[in-house]
Amino acid sequence: MTSYLLSRTLQTVLTLLVMSVLVFVGVYMVGNPVDLLLSTTATPAERLQVIQSFGLDQPVWEQYWTFLTHALSGDLGNSFVFNQPALTLILQRMPATLELAFVALLMALVIGIPLGVYAGLKPKALVSKSIMTFSILGFSLPTFWIGLVMILVFSVKLGWLPASGRGETVDLFGVPVSFLTLDGLSHLALPAFNLALFKISLIIRLTRAGVMECLQLDFVRFARAKGLSETRIVLVHVLKNTLIPLITVIGLELGSLIAFAVVTETIFAWPGMGKLIIDAISVLDRPVILAYLMITVVMFSIINLAVDILYSIVDPRVRLEGDS
Amino acid sequence: MSNDANPGNSVHSRDGADAERASRSPFRATLGALLRDRLALTGIIIVTLLVLAALFAPLIAPQNPYDLAQLDIMDNRLPPGSESMSGLYYLIGTDDQGRDLFSAILYGLRTSIIVGISSAAIALVIGASLGLLSAYAGGKTDAILMRIVDIQLSFPAILIALIFLAILGQGVDKIILALVITQWAYYARTIRGSALVERRRSYVDAARSMALPDRSILFRHILPNCLPPLIVVATMRVAYAIMLEATLSFLGIGLPVTEPSLGLLISNGFEYLLSGDYWISFFPGLALLLLIVGINLIGDALRDILNPRREG
Repeated sequence: MTSYLLSRTLQTVLTLLVMSVLVFVGVYMVGNPVDLLLSTTATPAERLQVIQSFGLDQPVWEQYWTFLTHALSGDLGNSFVFNQPALTLILQRMPATLELAFVALLMALVIGIPLGVYAGLKPKALVSKSIMTFSILGFSLPTFWIGLVMILVFSVKLGWLPASGRGETVDLFGVPVSFLTLDGLSHLALPAFNLALFKISLIIRLTRAGVMECLQLDFVRFARAKGLSETRIVLVHVLKNTLIPLITVIGLELGSLIAFAVVTETIFAWPGMGKLIIDAISVLDRPVILAYLMITVVMFSIINLAVDILYSIVDPRVRLEGDS
Repeated sequence: MSNDANPGNSVHSRDGADAERASRSPFRATLGALLRDRLALTGIIIVTLLVLAALFAPLIAPQNPYDLAQLDIMDNRLPPGSESMSGLYYLIGTDDQGRDLFSAILYGLRTSIIVGISSAAIALVIGASLGLLSAYAGGKTDAILMRIVDIQLSFPAILIALIFLAILGQGVDKIILALVITQWAYYARTIRGSALVERRRSYVDAARSMALPDRSILFRHILPNCLPPLIVVATMRVAYAIMLEATLSFLGIGLPVTEPSLGLLISNGFEYLLSGDYWISFFPGLALLLLIVGINLIGDALRDILNPRREG
């Protein structure tokens, strides 16, 4: 286990390094942040001073080295636009994104698993066919466009739900959250459902396939022969074995939800880190782009590792690499 | 048809159908099966119509939406079914610059389809070559290539596309490149999986014992047998690439304003949505939806037809 964790950590560090070099050099080649930092009326002397104070006159590898040594001590540089530490900016906005992603994941599971189980148990029923049609649609609908249609229907036409912002928040362990107030919940409903839509379809399909496969296995036949009730067979035996592969998917999907929140946040003006990175890209705010990248790589590596470990716990047949 | 007419003989006629299928080329057999599937047929009809509309956009469109001389700013944000001063009929309304939305959608479809297909095709060639190489070479090459694939696939496509577009900037060529970078790994993994199975088949041993060169074994013997799953993946990926391009353009980091794509049209209409001018965003989205649903219907049917393990 220890050697496994070690090799995974090493892999993460390597990914971080490669990604940071790639993005650093890439962004370095693309644009000159000086124009962004200065007003149009700046004198050449002021210009030179800014260039020197940000170290922009150094060769790229030296600038990278400075970035790297500072990064190791937790300093990812100041945002060119906000003139605040990039790390702080992102960490401030992270709870909003995580809240959105987790609520969407929860929605996807609560809606997707029961529908998938039903469709798997009665594949020929009319309801199951409608569920599967819905899931094909869910795969094909452009998420951002559905978000707009949802705003049009529920906010503009019906006026039921707000179209933007987080609403009223309360502090939970010092972190502002929306899901504990009624106002916050009403603000969460549309963006979270919008984000969840694609995942609902995915989970329906996976659960259905898992249930159908499980029903043909010997232990189900044995359970039936033993005279167990159908409810017990489905809820205990079938569901338990269906959920194992779902864990991997759920882990990976959590990461993808966080990434896709970029789109949802833009549509619903949700003040998360996705909105921040889109703005940073459009003005080439290099420190924020880099910091966002570093944080997501770390976050994803942790999620992936957690999934792998969890998987080996629920399914003892799975052995981790390097684990003897 | 013969099955229905002669139910008592169904086993027989089924054998006949199989024999018939085997004697025809696999391409025609697959196409035949596709045309018999009602959903797939719907998909084929939708996609064909949209591709034709995009192809002949300059002939069908009542105006060239990107020739500023043809636009009349006085006609901006007219609802569907309006008529302009000059007598032009706006079937589904106009956008904020007085552009006929129907024409804009036809031109937008062009961009979306070109970007989707070319990025999927390039990613397929690169991914399939690397996947084949990985499976055939094995050992260290395989381990390194697959580790890269694993790491890349553990990040969502949109995140990787975002990063590369941040570096590359805007433009059709840039977004195609970004989409290729995000997609090649799917092809590589798919083809490696099937190539590993095929490699152990006796026909490969036979080819080896005839001292055929590696390249010929790889591309003329193993590759054709790996094609079915690759075709399924490619179909789904074209749809995904089109969706991803639209999403990125919607976010304002994909295609520049000078290149009309569906995502950009939807994005243009976004700010007028809250005041109730729904059509600027709605109709381009509908076109995008039809295109993606159509491709996915075909892909879904292809998976059922080409997957030998399918039930029933």
